[in-house]
Amino acid sequence: MSTTSLVLNKVTGLANPTRFLALCRSILPWMSGITALLFAVGLYMSFSSTSDYQQGYTVRIMYVHVPAAWLAMMCYSVMAVSAIGTLVWRHPLADVSHKAAAPLGAAFTLISLITGSLWGKPMWGTWWVWDARLTSVFILFIMYLGLIALNRAMDEPAKAARVSAVLILVGFVNIPIIKFSVEWWNTLHQPASVVRMDGPTIDPSFLWPLLVMATAFTMLFFTLHIAAMRNEIWRRRVTSQRRMAARMAGREE
Amino acid sequence: MSHTFYILASYLVAGAISLGLCLWVWLDGRARQREIAELEAAGHRRRSAAKTAGGEVA
Repeated sequence: MSTTSLVLNKVTGLANPTRFLALCRSILPWMSGITALLFAVGLYMSFSSTSDYQQGYTVRIMYVHVPAAWLAMMCYSVMAVSAIGTLVWRHPLADVSHKAAAPLGAAFTLISLITGSLWGKPMWGTWWVWDARLTSVFILFIMYLGLIALNRAMDEPAKAARVSAVLILVGFVNIPIIKFSVEWWNTLHQPASVVRMDGPTIDPSFLWPLLVMATAFTMLFFTLHIAAMRNEIWRRRVTSQRRMAARMAGREE
Repeated sequence: MSHTFYILASYLVAGAISLGLCLWVWLDGRARQREIAELEAAGHRRRSAAKTAGGEVA
């Protein structure tokens, strides 16, 4: 068997929810441990980092604000890939994946909005401005809430998944708008200083704590995503078993 | 307000939302496990699980 077909077999094997649950059982404790360790190191580095010559110690807000903002966009990208999985491949875990990710994305977006506001007040002199970056991230937050509401409003999971998947893919247009808003429009928010074609422009003493915290947030997202997917599989199993029990009780009467 | 207030408030908000999220996912998982255990105690098993319990290959 070639390497490609071996990899394909492994991926399609995960389409089986029972195999996915077995995988969750073995990897979740490790992922939780690594996340906790990364946060311990990241927080230590954040609070022992030097102050910025202009911003003073408020630069430390960056270590929670920027990773949360990255995660808000990454979570939506994961949902878009899952939406393609639902619509194109009808992958059994794809709709479970985007349904489980939506509340996580909403939470990370909320963290980035609140911490951004708390950073804006001492640095810009205002909690909020309707500039392109802040407004497009606020729209992302509203989209997450809309997707959560949509999933909860429909009883049939397969139908809810298809409708959500279409909406997710339409809404994905907002992700490049968020990323490039600081270049396309004149914004109060600063342009990118880490993910740039010509490399990061921030000093390594700020970059390293930021990268460790970003890795910790990313691990937190994947740990919670896998756990939330496992919960959703369990929820669907409970629903189908209850239906089966009701059907059997109906036959016995 | 001092800069310390804004820094601490940011970390507290980020921590509270992250921990709240962890707690919600954990409690949701526990509630679902309890429901599965209740169904199994009432004799309702998944067909594949019932076959395994009966000694057949799942």
